[in-house]
Amino acid sequence: MARTITFQQAINEALAQEMERDPSVVVFGEDVVGGAGAPGEDDAWGGVLGVTKGLYPKFPGRVLDTPISESAIVGAAAGAAASGLRPVAELMFVDFVGVCLDQIYNQAAKFRYMFGGKAVTPMVIRTMFGAGIRAASQHSQSLYPIFTHIPGLKVVVPSTPYDAKGLLIQAIRDDDPVIFLEHKVLYTVEGDVPEEAYAIPFAEANVLREGDDVTLVAVGRMVHLAEQAAEALAGEGIECEVVDLRTTSPLDEDTILESVENTGRLVVVDEANPRCGLAADIVARVTQEAFGELKAPPRMVTPPHTPVPFSPILEDAYVPTPETIAEAVRSIAGAPAAA
Amino acid sequence: MIDKLGMPKWGLSMTEGRLIEWLVDEGAELTVGDEVAEVETEKINGVVEAPAAGILRRRVAAENEVIPVGGLLGVIADASVTEAEIDAFVADFQAGFVPGETEEDAGPQPQTVATETGVLRFLVQGEGGEPLVLLHGFGGDLGNWLFNLDPLSGGRPVYALDLPGHGGSSKQPADLLAALRAFLDSQGIARAHLAGHSMGGLVAADLALAEPDRVLSLTLIAPAGLGEEINREYIDGFIAATGRRDLKPVLQQLFADPGLVTRSMIDDVLKYKRLDGVREALQTLRDRLFPDGRQARVVALDRYGGPLLVIWGERDEVIPAAHAQAAPAQAETHVLADVGHSPHMEAAGEVNRLLERFLAGGQAGRSEEETMLVPKTMIVEQLRARGDTEAAERADRELGEKVDTEQDAGLLADLQIDTRKLVESFRGQSPAVG
Repeated sequence: MARTITFQQAINEALAQEMERDPSVVVFGEDVVGGAGAPGEDDAWGGVLGVTKGLYPKFPGRVLDTPISESAIVGAAAGAAASGLRPVAELMFVDFVGVCLDQIYNQAAKFRYMFGGKAVTPMVIRTMFGAGIRAASQHSQSLYPIFTHIPGLKVVVPSTPYDAKGLLIQAIRDDDPVIFLEHKVLYTVEGDVPEEAYAIPFAEANVLREGDDVTLVAVGRMVHLAEQAAEALAGEGIECEVVDLRTTSPLDEDTILESVENTGRLVVVDEANPRCGLAADIVARVTQEAFGELKAPPRMVTPPHTPVPFSPILEDAYVPTPETIAEAVRSIAGAPAAA
Repeated sequence: MIDKLGMPKWGLSMTEGRLIEWLVDEGAELTVGDEVAEVETEKINGVVEAPAAGILRRRVAAENEVIPVGGLLGVIADASVTEAEIDAFVADFQAGFVPGETEEDAGPQPQTVATETGVLRFLVQGEGGEPLVLLHGFGGDLGNWLFNLDPLSGGRPVYALDLPGHGGSSKQPADLLAALRAFLDSQGIARAHLAGHSMGGLVAADLALAEPDRVLSLTLIAPAGLGEEINREYIDGFIAATGRRDLKPVLQQLFADPGLVTRSMIDDVLKYKRLDGVREALQTLRDRLFPDGRQARVVALDRYGGPLLVIWGERDEVIPAAHAQAAPAQAETHVLADVGHSPHMEAAGEVNRLLERFLAGGQAGRSEEETMLVPKTMIVEQLRARGDTEAAERADRELGEKVDTEQDAGLLADLQIDTRKLVESFRGQSPAVG
């Protein structure tokens, strides 16, 4: 039965249930045990934010702290996956991906292709991303477009506790490398989550709200902001359809196109940088596939093309808000019917 | 006497509803159960019925307005109540109303019980009187009874059960009849009225045939088990669908009006279908009950002598309404026009009324004005008892298995049968047990 838990608890539960079900699932990364060298359970913090808390005593030998070496963590995961385990490696902040990108995009992502489909690489990299907690430019980026760009990787950006659990379970059971991106600000968000295990298939976008005027596409934290904008706009007589992509690769293009064919108007909300980003990609695909359906130019709502600022005032101004989203919608919605 | 017409709570998650349309004007005379307004919820649209007799004195909610569960839609009162009193009632109510704090809003919460057939989830509402147990169909759950649970729970406990493999019950394959028995035992229910939809109807019929002493009456809503045909496309499509786009056309086959299938309803079914074990459980049931697109089990319902109500939607696309003809002679059968495979949802008000009357009246529940179908055997027996062998033979020869008191009135008169007395004796018949 479903009950209310947080995004963070949902991730923890997915890990625990899959480790219980499948002994080949192992978890490792910096501080995932968090015991600072002590063997005892008391010191097992379960990661900087406690997401993996409780796994260490429950699954002896299968939750491992690693040295501070992302290339070693991800390299070990790729090798373990290629030789029979299902590792869930943690990259504390996605911003650290630079030092292990070779292991991800040149190794893990290539195995299936290089070995003629004979090798599978069932690894998951869980990682934190996103602005909003005053962590400055080196701990606040939204780098999912980098992974989305690479064939051979699957990229998940969940927005709710329900989705986080079901998509993580799917990621662990999947035979390809999956990058699972958790927005820091969402960890405390609560929602209804079934106690039982369940898997949400990839490339199945979630339509959170139906509307005939404008299609609003988003992922991760931006989904919540898009919903708030849609709620406010409904009061002005503009009905938005809110589409949560859930996965940026594979992409559920059909749901986007189906919605745009109905609304004729598209706004994509993306926390990543605007150049070569997710929003640019979606807008390009829709323009190419459904140009004839469009009643107005598609709009992208993104931060400016700069690093995430450390100044709280600037950081707040940097990230899209319900107001900037609503403004973009208004600019293409035409005269609202009932304003 | 002033009665509140409130926003009902349909289903566990409903917190508010949007008033689509008033179906009656202010000043209209209402009797209990009259359809008053149409309401849209996240899940499904429904019709609000008058909770009390009187005049609709005030329409408080406007069309298109969103009202929380328990909130005020209108006021019903008789003519003697003054406008000032109505104003005061409305003002009082609105001043004291806090959404989420009313009884309607809390509603009954599902419970679970561990049995030898696994964990079973159920919901119970109402108390006193003979219990009624509701059994959903293939792929459904206790939430399918959202429009029925509350209206039927006046004066009796109504149980809605999740069958194994469904809803919040265990997903391990289990024998459905064994699970129903285990559930009744766990709740200390010695005898109950059973109402089952589709596959749930088959389970209910199975218990009625196996242990007639346990079943006070049987209501079958578009049941499985009365014939071989079943829509294979529906069953296989339901199992195979993994996303919204595949599932929507499948669910639309459940209703005559496909517009009833909302995004939220599809989401709920997808959430259920994603749970570990569900796919296997559904496949097991399909292979056992509906292999190769046919129903493997057609029950000998004519061996059941107890009170029987059969309700079908004329436009059922899953199990043909023609199967209703296989119901035994004593059955009270209703085939509802413009309704699909889910009459308890699509024509909830009508189904609730039929069930309520049936449960109250034992054998038959038709009103005085309606014609009545009476088993031929009863007439033949009465004529024999009277010693009129010739008339008995003629009745046996010329009447169909089910005698329509209106259409066959001429012949009944010839045979000197008083139809009014016949109907009365038919109604008064105590449930056959054993």
